[in-house]
Amino acid sequence: MNAPLRHPEVAADAALVHVRGLTVDFLGGRKPVRAVGGVDLDLKAGEALALLGESGSGKSVTLRALMRLLPEKRTRIGGTLRIDGQDVLALRKKSLAAFRGGTVAMIFQDPGLALDPVYRIGDQIAEAVVRHEGASHAQGRARALELFERVQIPSAARRLDNYPHEMSGGMRQRAMIALALACRPKVLLADEPTTALDATVQIQILLLLRELQRDLGLAVIFVTHDVGVAVQVADRVAVMYGGHLVEVGSSGEVIGAPAHPYTRGLLASRITPDSPKGVRLVTIPGSPPDLADPPPGCPFAPRCTLAVPACDDGLPERVALAPGHAARCIRVGAA
Amino acid sequence: MTLDPRDRGGPAQPLLSVSGLVKHFGGKGGLLGRGPVVRAVDGVDFAIAKGETLGVVGESGCGKSTTARLLMQINRPDAGDIVFDGEKLGTRALDLKTYRRQVQMVFQDSYASLNPRLTIEETVAFGPKAHGLSAGAALARAHDLLRRVGLEPRRFGGRYPHEVSGGQRQRVNIARALALEPRLLILDEAVSALDKSVEAQVLNLLDDLKRDFGLTYMFISHDLNVVRFMSDRVMVMYLGKIAEIGPADDILKAPRHPYTAALLASQPSTDPAARIEEAPLTGDPPNPINPPPGCRFHTRCRFAADLCRTREPGLDPVAPSHLAACHMAVEGSGHPQAPTLPMAA
Repeated sequence: MNAPLRHPEVAADAALVHVRGLTVDFLGGRKPVRAVGGVDLDLKAGEALALLGESGSGKSVTLRALMRLLPEKRTRIGGTLRIDGQDVLALRKKSLAAFRGGTVAMIFQDPGLALDPVYRIGDQIAEAVVRHEGASHAQGRARALELFERVQIPSAARRLDNYPHEMSGGMRQRAMIALALACRPKVLLADEPTTALDATVQIQILLLLRELQRDLGLAVIFVTHDVGVAVQVADRVAVMYGGHLVEVGSSGEVIGAPAHPYTRGLLASRITPDSPKGVRLVTIPGSPPDLADPPPGCPFAPRCTLAVPACDDGLPERVALAPGHAARCIRVGAA
Repeated sequence: MTLDPRDRGGPAQPLLSVSGLVKHFGGKGGLLGRGPVVRAVDGVDFAIAKGETLGVVGESGCGKSTTARLLMQINRPDAGDIVFDGEKLGTRALDLKTYRRQVQMVFQDSYASLNPRLTIEETVAFGPKAHGLSAGAALARAHDLLRRVGLEPRRFGGRYPHEVSGGQRQRVNIARALALEPRLLILDEAVSALDKSVEAQVLNLLDDLKRDFGLTYMFISHDLNVVRFMSDRVMVMYLGKIAEIGPADDILKAPRHPYTAALLASQPSTDPAARIEEAPLTGDPPNPINPPPGCRFHTRCRFAADLCRTREPGLDPVAPSHLAACHMAVEGSGHPQAPTLPMAA
């Protein structure tokens, strides 16, 4: 049942996603805005990484760059981007179309972005299979049914004939996941797919994604602003701020022993079930940087209580704290 | 907190009490005369004491936002009474205009709730001017309030809503809500769209304002941790009804309604060793167009018995100041897991 959905060529230990010095500039304004300032990422098959950050941190832009979904004329992507051995930035029209969906697929916060409102969902999935694999429509429908069962949509056969608006929010999200998996991708990109869902539905979708990742050997990059969601879906967490990955490590390390002052501030300002009432919340003063006019050095320096003049001398180098755990901060260990 | 000169019934009288509140949408009218009826709020009773914060939680379609809009009289209830500090709304003693000055609301979408063509200081001064204050006095009050919410009027007063950040916009909305000197502030997911580091700043501000202006809050949110932190009491809603209401720590540490327990168990933990392995509930919340008979939660409840499918539970006391609408929580209800009456044992 799972075997045919799994991509045939996924070797257990291959480095699927290899990103070095990824930059994204938005053009068209008075001056270019650097939304992503040089991101390095590596991801193996079957590995899940959470990209944790606030609005404007560049997490969604990074994700879209991996699939070249940003408007070509108004953006400039720099750096090295290899996914499954392909140079993503060099892909031309036809190979790019095969790459999207066939190697990398994406799910969104709003299923409305991925599903066409005027086609039955079963037909949308079948069409993707026909396009990518040259299969017949009937074969495509058979794959759609298999996928609907895989994502645990009740009465799957009947639901294939639904239009998106005939489904509830959680069901639509499952249908979108089925569509994303239609062409057996190796990498699944998830852009806050559960943010708009109710709590009791969110956890169902998170558990489903985790199960699919395990069973199908998918590499998953999951963008979220929610620490709990990041921990639930991913083994590794990358914290993003002002267009840079400021801290990367296992979820246990980053959440349990955060090193970067931003990560520490973010975790300290969270309200937990044990936060004492009537006590003032710890806050990070100020607001995130204006990307059109970024700080000269560390993007967090203007809000950082540990900042020293040297923090403005350029982007801090990565400081290794443990194997696989690193932070971009010259003041690591200062307090 | 100094005694509010507008106070009528003294501290023991609830600031707001609501009984039998009902709002159905659709049904009558419509193209063919009879459309489906959405039972958004279906018979709700509660009170908010002076100076307290009542938290409201529940999922989409539970009626929490409709309840807020009924209290604000943005929508008129089909049935039910709203009593504000002892005076019934709609009687000669309390007309709508007087009531609205005392009850103000802050919405989730900080941008949609501001007029893009008014500067921030004009926005805050608008209400007082409409209620008869001179232009100069209204502007002075606006500057005062902007300073109070952390926006320096000389720097921010002349800006337009799109020229400030989301957190700053929500501060403007809070200043505007306070401009008419309300006694009750309804915060409908007011911090939900903000980033966590900004959310904490605004929650601290709300705490300060509550103390300094002697305010009472109704705090609606989907974030249970934030609700527990902010609230004295919590009300849990499900499909247009109250599932459970009581002291915040009781509700969120020792819930008596299985729905509240499931909501709590659905919150992802930040401890990788404490990941959730199984979803507490399956499926989506049912549609309020056709709520299930009996207990509205029985279709998703793992403890549902025959009784739950036929008889609707009342909202009954289960602990001091703690009410729950669950047969399982009431002695001798007939539910197999209900505590037995001491006499019958």
